[in-house]
Amino acid sequence: MKMRTLIKAALAAATTLALGVAAAAEPIRIGSVLSVTGPAAFLGDPQLKTLELFVAKINSEGGVLGRKLELVHYDDGSEAAKANGFTKRLIENDKVDIILGGTSTGATMAMAALVEKAEVPFISFAGAVVIVEPTKKWMFKTPHTDRMAAEKVFDDMKKRGISRIGLLSETSGFGQSGRKETQAVAAKFGITLVADETYGPRDTDVTAQLTKIKNAPGVQAVFVFGLGQGPAVVTKNYAQLGMNLPHYESHGVASDEYKRLSGPAANGVRLPSPALLIADQLAATDPQQKIVAAYTKAYALRWKEQPSTFGGYAYDGLMIAVDAIQRAGSTDKGKVRDAIEQTKGLVGTSGVFSMTPTDHMGLSLAAFRMLEVKDGQWAVVK
Amino acid sequence: MLSQFLQFLLSGVTVGATYALAAIGFTLIYNASGVINFAQGEFMALGGMAAVFLANAGVPLPLAIVLAVTVATAVGMLVEKLAIEPAGRAEVVTLIIITIGASLTIRGFMQVFLGKGSHALPPFSGEAPIAILGATLLPQSLWVIGVTGAVVLMLSWFFGRTLTGKAMLATSYNKLAAQLVGINTRFILLLSFGLAAALGAVGGILIAPVTYTSYDVGVMLGLKGFVAATLGGLGSGAGAVAGGLVLGVAEAMTAGYISSAYKDATPFVLILLILFFLPQGLFGKKATDRV
Repeated sequence: MKMRTLIKAALAAATTLALGVAAAAEPIRIGSVLSVTGPAAFLGDPQLKTLELFVAKINSEGGVLGRKLELVHYDDGSEAAKANGFTKRLIENDKVDIILGGTSTGATMAMAALVEKAEVPFISFAGAVVIVEPTKKWMFKTPHTDRMAAEKVFDDMKKRGISRIGLLSETSGFGQSGRKETQAVAAKFGITLVADETYGPRDTDVTAQLTKIKNAPGVQAVFVFGLGQGPAVVTKNYAQLGMNLPHYESHGVASDEYKRLSGPAANGVRLPSPALLIADQLAATDPQQKIVAAYTKAYALRWKEQPSTFGGYAYDGLMIAVDAIQRAGSTDKGKVRDAIEQTKGLVGTSGVFSMTPTDHMGLSLAAFRMLEVKDGQWAVVK
Repeated sequence: MLSQFLQFLLSGVTVGATYALAAIGFTLIYNASGVINFAQGEFMALGGMAAVFLANAGVPLPLAIVLAVTVATAVGMLVEKLAIEPAGRAEVVTLIIITIGASLTIRGFMQVFLGKGSHALPPFSGEAPIAILGATLLPQSLWVIGVTGAVVLMLSWFFGRTLTGKAMLATSYNKLAAQLVGINTRFILLLSFGLAAALGAVGGILIAPVTYTSYDVGVMLGLKGFVAATLGGLGSGAGAVAGGLVLGVAEAMTAGYISSAYKDATPFVLILLILFFLPQGLFGKKATDRV
């Protein structure tokens, strides 16, 4: 059995050498595991649509290094354990050249050990800081971290003279990681958390928690860290209780869906967001304007729906991968990894990426825009 | 201090009323067949999602609601016809497992055909909160509480005063005996699924403006509704409502006075305590077997 494998391998090597030209026409295999169904579907669905759209687009324009891209995709159904199994399959059976995705932090961390061991470059679309800190050799990510969201929010609070706030975080992985980071950086900005409450992602009423925060001594603002419909419930309850304190949300709800679900109650809410959300308001001189407008147009045309910032993370990931493969001049995993780490000034939908050996995300705080909902529209806070 | 307590109470009642609506659906099918229908949450999700879908398609809200309830009723009957009835004289446990399968199927269909996003229905009578001694309540919550009350009254009339209702109870006590006295037990079972689905859909639509709706909203509703129904004593309409309210208020008080981190543990602690000291639930009757 072993002998046969050896012969096979030798034959394969010989064939590759002899047919070097033909081998070059082999497609570049891009593996991805995303949460296209299940609770995280609103994140994973636009990500898969983005990958499908732009892989097809790149192929129609001649591919990369003269080779076509081939997307090998699995849906983890929003279960981290499945993400692990599918990653194994991508590495061992599909023999992919690079892996994109991992929609949630949970899924990404379940995939982490496998890609590190198999030494495959991996670009995640998930938020938490733990993915890139401490830096792992083969792992990169495209969205801003939750710590940056907290810093951006605190920065804005400081400008308004706010120092005592109530924190309301979701019991999901995203919310709890956000809570930890918020607590960690609060002192740096001279901010005290006078209330620290939580709610479940499926809760239908949070007036009890909000009443408690409202009655906390000296509270000046509320910061909510959550995803999906939970923050919309919070926003409605906020209006119901007639609370006038400044209300901040995280980048987890930087979507038009949040605005639509909350209705007029969202007016006055501030949140950090990638530029994608205000594609039509960007100045022509903005470095991201062209990329964001082109992405928005292509996505809306192909899928007949508005793009979300979550899909934008996938776009950025794919572009970083393609850029790195081009610079590496091959799909050699080590070379591609080094090329990703040397990404400089690559303009994406979330910001301008410049990675270093110690920064595997590559975005600065400037990439976040502080937005406020005014009369049902997003407005940039100056 | 009082206004704070009152706000916790109103928050609990609002949430509790939605649990109660879910619990009543469980009660209905349990009364007809002894089966705990785990697809009940999906009937609620289906009602809410269908109403949103139709309303977005331009159908006026009242008509959209009627149509959504009709669709859900039809689906409920289909589940009985296609999944429960062919199982014939299977054990109750088997039937319960079939309903879990039905719930997964319905959820899957909704995900594929109605989308994965969250949706809201416009509230029936505005969004201006009602202030009561410093606490506030949304008008939609009054709709939920009012309809829940009306449904309980109607059900107690149905089971206590109509022949069909009594036939349904008879079927659940002893199917064979019910058949012997001329009750069409097949029809009764079909009817109970249709009714439960209709009730579920009404509930799902009523709470959609407050809680939002999505294809998977039924998971939480089904779980909490089941806990509420068990708390109240399975099979009792008033018990289901009491169970729902106790659960909702207990959750809100835990979040308010202890910590919101413990809120989700409350239902499970409650159900352990009640089943330990009152195995029949708050309102359940002791089962008696006559020989």
